[in-house]
Amino acid sequence: MAKSQTELRPLGKSVGRKEDPRFIRGMGRYIDDIVLPGMLYMSLVRSPYAHARIKHVDPSAALEAPGVKLVITGEDLAAMDLAWMPTMAGDKQMVLATGKVLYQYQEVAAVIAESREQAEDAAQLVDVEYEPLPAVVDPIQSLDPDAPVLREDREKKSNHIFHWEAGDKEATEELFRNAPVVVKQNVRFPRVHPSPLEPCGCVADYQSSTGKLTWYVTSQAPHAHRTVLSMVSGLPEHQIRVISPDVGGGFGNKVPVYPGYVCAIVASLKLGRPVKWIESRTENISSTGFARDYHMTAEIAAEEDGRVLALRVKTIADHGAFDAAADPSKFPAGLFSIVTGSYDFKESFVEVDGAYTNKAPGGIAYRCSFRVTEAAYLIERVMDVLARRVGVDPAELRKRDFIRKEQFPYQSPTGWTYDSGDYEKTLDLALEKIGYEELRKEQAEKRARGELMGIGISTFTEVVGAGPSHTFDIMGIKMFDSAQIRLHPTGKVLARLGVRHQGQGHETTFAQIIAEELGLSTEDVLIEEGDTDTAPYGLGTYASRSTPTAGGAAALCGRRIRDKAKKIASHLLEAGEDDVVWDGVSFSAKGLPDKSVTMKDIAFAAYTNVPEGMEPGLEATYYYDPPNLTFPHGAYIAVVDIDKGTGAVKVRRFLAVDDCGNVINPMIVDGQVHGGLTEGFAIAFMQDIPFDEDGNCLAPNWMDYLVPTALDTPHWETDRTVTPSPHHPIGAKGVGESPNVGSPAAFVNAVVDALAPLGVEHIDMPIFPWKVWEVLREHGVNK
Amino acid sequence: MKIQLRINGRTKESDVEPRKLLAYYLREDLGLTGTHIGCDTTNCGACTVLLDGKAVKSCTVLAVQADGCDVMTVEGLEGEDGLHPLQTAFWEEHGLQCGYCTPGVLMSGYALLQSNPQPSEAEIRSGISGNVCRCTGYVNIVKAIRSASAKLAGAADDTPSESAKEVAASGKKSD
Ligand code: FES
Ligand code: FES
Repeated sequence: MAKSQTELRPLGKSVGRKEDPRFIRGMGRYIDDIVLPGMLYMSLVRSPYAHARIKHVDPSAALEAPGVKLVITGEDLAAMDLAWMPTMAGDKQMVLATGKVLYQYQEVAAVIAESREQAEDAAQLVDVEYEPLPAVVDPIQSLDPDAPVLREDREKKSNHIFHWEAGDKEATEELFRNAPVVVKQNVRFPRVHPSPLEPCGCVADYQSSTGKLTWYVTSQAPHAHRTVLSMVSGLPEHQIRVISPDVGGGFGNKVPVYPGYVCAIVASLKLGRPVKWIESRTENISSTGFARDYHMTAEIAAEEDGRVLALRVKTIADHGAFDAAADPSKFPAGLFSIVTGSYDFKESFVEVDGAYTNKAPGGIAYRCSFRVTEAAYLIERVMDVLARRVGVDPAELRKRDFIRKEQFPYQSPTGWTYDSGDYEKTLDLALEKIGYEELRKEQAEKRARGELMGIGISTFTEVVGAGPSHTFDIMGIKMFDSAQIRLHPTGKVLARLGVRHQGQGHETTFAQIIAEELGLSTEDVLIEEGDTDTAPYGLGTYASRSTPTAGGAAALCGRRIRDKAKKIASHLLEAGEDDVVWDGVSFSAKGLPDKSVTMKDIAFAAYTNVPEGMEPGLEATYYYDPPNLTFPHGAYIAVVDIDKGTGAVKVRRFLAVDDCGNVINPMIVDGQVHGGLTEGFAIAFMQDIPFDEDGNCLAPNWMDYLVPTALDTPHWETDRTVTPSPHHPIGAKGVGESPNVGSPAAFVNAVVDALAPLGVEHIDMPIFPWKVWEVLREHGVNK
Repeated sequence: MKIQLRINGRTKESDVEPRKLLAYYLREDLGLTGTHIGCDTTNCGACTVLLDGKAVKSCTVLAVQADGCDVMTVEGLEGEDGLHPLQTAFWEEHGLQCGYCTPGVLMSGYALLQSNPQPSEAEIRSGISGNVCRCTGYVNIVKAIRSASAKLAGAADDTPSESAKEVAASGKKSD
């Protein structure tokens, strides 16, 4: 039986993933699966000290070890003018240390040998003499004028990196002066790490015969990496091919360029052989892209009834030894000024100061649209502090302060134009679904019995999909994205995009978008990403930007194909173009629905029977520069019980109601939410990368930096409201990061809510049981 | 050192360095790259394989320790009749995203269902607690293992020979 047209249309359906068959067979091709003839292996020598002068580096013993082909030191790179490389944040970073090291595990030398084991063994033989210096680990102390200056290469003789602000200072001060209620809270967002299951790595393959460098790399942004590489190395860009094979998770970790990459490329250029470098988990956590580490203070000015007036935020951002934040160039603190969140503040003033410390460089966007997570956590936490101060239920307080749906498009006091939203509807659904009133009753009964139960709410707004080129660029390159669609004569489609998925399911969701636009089935569309020689230019996958940017490009590219298809249809149907109509799967002449032509017929005609004067073929490319960002939102509720004896927090229930606009594939959206909630849960309860006073990293591996297993992880409940984006071609907004952005505050609010009867107003993440245990003991709870 | 072992039902003989880890032997010497490496502290389980029917982390076993053993990797799951029901269930239930943990999780799931064909949710969570997945939040992994358990039970009800085939999947004819 013929399927109805709605059945045939794939958008919004839980289509099974096209990428899965290779993965479930163990046939994915990840970076370490790539083996080239004559390939060598590289291992890095790293500093044991956080801050030390390098007296000398002697590679001679390593050079004599079996299988060793080359040792590269900082001085070798300096001779090639490659000892330093630019960071995306406009700073520079040492590739291999010269003069001194600035963090523990910093790259000091690279050893290249015939085998992985030989390279690792020989790396132990590189003799480096250090003179240890006092380390600066606290960013607040680091900004003290008397602190030792870490970066001797800079003209500015202090550890201060940047000052950034948004909003109207005077107007904000004015509202604070006259406000009936002011609350203030210090909040730290710990230093965490994206830790995708597959660490970073690359294979650099320079062919001297052709002068072409093929660089296989676990990259979320292969095109941007090609351009940066060309600019840094001087290799002509068309002689560089970047291939990002299957990527085993990214979460922001695979956006920056790391020193090991540059060393592998240099080694391949020097030796004329392929060189592989795969970092260990310890190297991954200790030296690549950490996230957050924001020390924040927020103050809210409000009316007696909790209606908010103004928000003031001061932040110190610890960037480590180099500012290697992966933010759009004009945004040293990312999109942190979204910190007014879902609430109708009249004014706001936000300041961030960046500081250098003797820690690994970064400040990357871990499953986050550039510091949006820090912002969402801060405002959602402090709204609860306000609720408690004015004695209003946190759900009710949020409703009083929400931006109302008729206010969209909404102009925020820090300059954002929110596209759409219906916050009250989303929160109402969450409250109803979790049974909020009954839970509050249960809580009251438990409190009367001295039991600790808490309910935490987070009603966050995100800003994703960077972005419109008038505002967003990375090192000058505008943050558009692209799609290219090619129809073969038999009606099958090859589509390539400028982004690079790492588990988000693009091979399926983008096939759905394109199939929808072309009236084909998802199976007819093959999606390819990650090869810069074939895919159109784009800025990559992070900051939930793929659907807002490349998803838009895919839809509009499909429509561009359809425009030409209509002309061919008019020729085939022998009808005037104005009389030809598209019903979602085929064209027909007005009034003659029985005679129709499908995209498959048209594809064949495009190569066999085009109207006179028309260029043959059926393909298009679309570079989509979105007019605005998108603003997904959600209402999350956590319910926790605390064991007074051990301080252990049990997350009894967690409900996430997300609104990410129109949904392409509900199954994939739910999967993204489950994964993001799990990462948010880990951040709230188990993750931090602490340092001792000498700058030793105390959690450089998965023994000490905890990642949740199935036993730790709660069961997640999800639901949705749909408020389409008015400007996105298919009304979608992006979802991959919402759960990681929105959930930490719900967890912490629930814990603080449970402890509130004791007078607790705040507790910093990660909420380890011992921390709760201490708080309980401090407040006189002894059993 | 010379070793001889059975991998996915086939006998292999190799000369390996004594310090070579089983994971690297499988990946590099035999080209079975479905077994992944995700950590250096035996925490992640991406390298999980079956050694004489038991799920082990192959990054923490020396290749020489596997001498004389029967090893099953993710590549051994698919039978002559196609995908193993566990593989199909992961596909249907969206039990994977980036796919990097998937081979290890499949092997732990396989071992679990061998010893406990009808596990509860708690038993599944405990059975895969040696495997870290950074993408899925485990919800759909748990669902997939439950669904595979039902599929296998169903297959056992209708046609007992089917389930026998599954059980025998690790011990296919050698050459
Ligand atoms: S590689 Fe992580 S446990 Fe084996
Ligand atoms: S699917 Fe990516 S780690 Fe599990």
